[in-house]
Amino acid sequence: MSGRKHPIVPLAASMLLVASLSCAHADGSDADFKAAYAAADTAEKEAGALRNQWTTTESTLAAARKAAEAGNFEQAVALSKEAEALAKASIFQATSEKDAWKALEIR
Amino acid sequence: MASTIRVRATSNGDITEVQALIQHPMDTGFVKDAKGEIIPPHFIQRLTFEHDGKPVFIADWGTAVSKDPYVKFSFKGGKKGDELKIGWLDNKGATDATSAKIQ
Amino acid sequence: MISTMRARFMTCLASAALLLAACCGVAPQASAAEAPNPVADAKAFRDYFTKKFPKVKLEDFVNGPYSMNEDMHRQWEEKEQFPPYEFALEAGKEMFAKPFKNGKTYADCFANGGIGVRQNYPIFDEKEGKVITLELALNRCRQANGEAPYSYVKDEMASLTAYMAFTSRGKPMDIKIPNDGRALEAFEEGKRYFYTRRGQLNFSCATCHVQSPGERIRAEVLAPALGIMNAMPIYRSEWSGMGTTSRRFTSCNSQIRGVPLEPQSDEYRNLEYYLSYVSNGLPISGPGARP
Repeated sequence: MSGRKHPIVPLAASMLLVASLSCAHADGSDADFKAAYAAADTAEKEAGALRNQWTTTESTLAAARKAAEAGNFEQAVALSKEAEALAKASIFQATSEKDAWKALEIR
Repeated sequence: MASTIRVRATSNGDITEVQALIQHPMDTGFVKDAKGEIIPPHFIQRLTFEHDGKPVFIADWGTAVSKDPYVKFSFKGGKKGDELKIGWLDNKGATDATSAKIQ
Repeated sequence: MISTMRARFMTCLASAALLLAACCGVAPQASAAEAPNPVADAKAFRDYFTKKFPKVKLEDFVNGPYSMNEDMHRQWEEKEQFPPYEFALEAGKEMFAKPFKNGKTYADCFANGGIGVRQNYPIFDEKEGKVITLELALNRCRQANGEAPYSYVKDEMASLTAYMAFTSRGKPMDIKIPNDGRALEAFEEGKRYFYTRRGQLNFSCATCHVQSPGERIRAEVLAPALGIMNAMPIYRSEWSGMGTTSRRFTSCNSQIRGVPLEPQSDEYRNLEYYLSYVSNGLPISGPGARP
């Protein structure tokens, strides 16, 4: 870059400041997304082993991937966390239904 | 090749009741195939039933009629043994026709 | 009054004893009271529906929603005069008769040439130790004769099973559970699947077909579970065509937001086994027509 003073430099500097501030605020990095997605994916795989995945978990995971591809890491992280919650709920359902099903049985 | 038109017509002496089941995809042109491409519109545009040389039922159809359409109607006249002629024409210019005896 | 109280106390004592016995090293799942009893299950199943719908004749349950609703029943009777599934049925008949590349036919894979045998499926195969459904048997027949298997959810399998069902129309469902622990286990697994809630909507098969038959889910009238397999495969107006049992199972799953399992997975095979067995004696009405 030339040493010449450029009007954009202070602007860029302030943008960088703002960006780093917002980074510190919310989970908005690729690394954050990868961590959140990995947690969701692990939970979904566990639900898969229990043969009880939800379609909404799958679509939320897909939306998270799509958001990350577009660079919307904040949204991608939020979606990953939602997917993880859905996956965990499906695991809870499968586990509790192991006994709860009997309440519905015709006797 | 077998006809696409199944028809049964019964007369009680006064009124003839006709039922027909027609094999046709009746594609609307709004549905995509597995590859994501539009399945082009392909539907019956005109359906005619004739008795004694005169049309007793004419339908001008569009895409709102579903696949393998079923039609049921009655008309005055028609005796046992009379012939009923049925024909259709679709938007691709294809046709099929058949005839059936009124029972 | 006192005698019933005493009886209740005695049963309390008895169940406490059983519980104690269960906790003391005996396998926790199966105490004497919980041993599989398909005959009792089937009777309880039938009684539940005949009590709930006293005006419906036993054999009419196989007509699903049409047995639940007068107006729909009239429409169904009309439909049967000129059934929408005629084309699929004819296609199935032609497919069934057409020889494989090696010259053999489907008839070579089935008892009685595959005619009038649908009511025996699913069969528990003691050699393999698993449930064999009609769809599975048809694809195995194809593969054994060098042909590629058909998709379990598409037209070809639907047409073939429609034809085979048609040749068994009127025959009573006749599922056998051999005296084999694995067969009993398959039955129990199917039963478990049927009552287990799944999907984000937290429905089990029973939620709709045991708790709410005759009632509506959105615009559709729900069928009773009794006799529900007897009409398979079904021509659904919604599908504009004939659909297999596999298609019905997988689409029911996705409708309650549960990721469907692979067609003909063990769970689905066992489910079909259970549902068919508890409808033993009711006539085969397939292929059926449904909204």
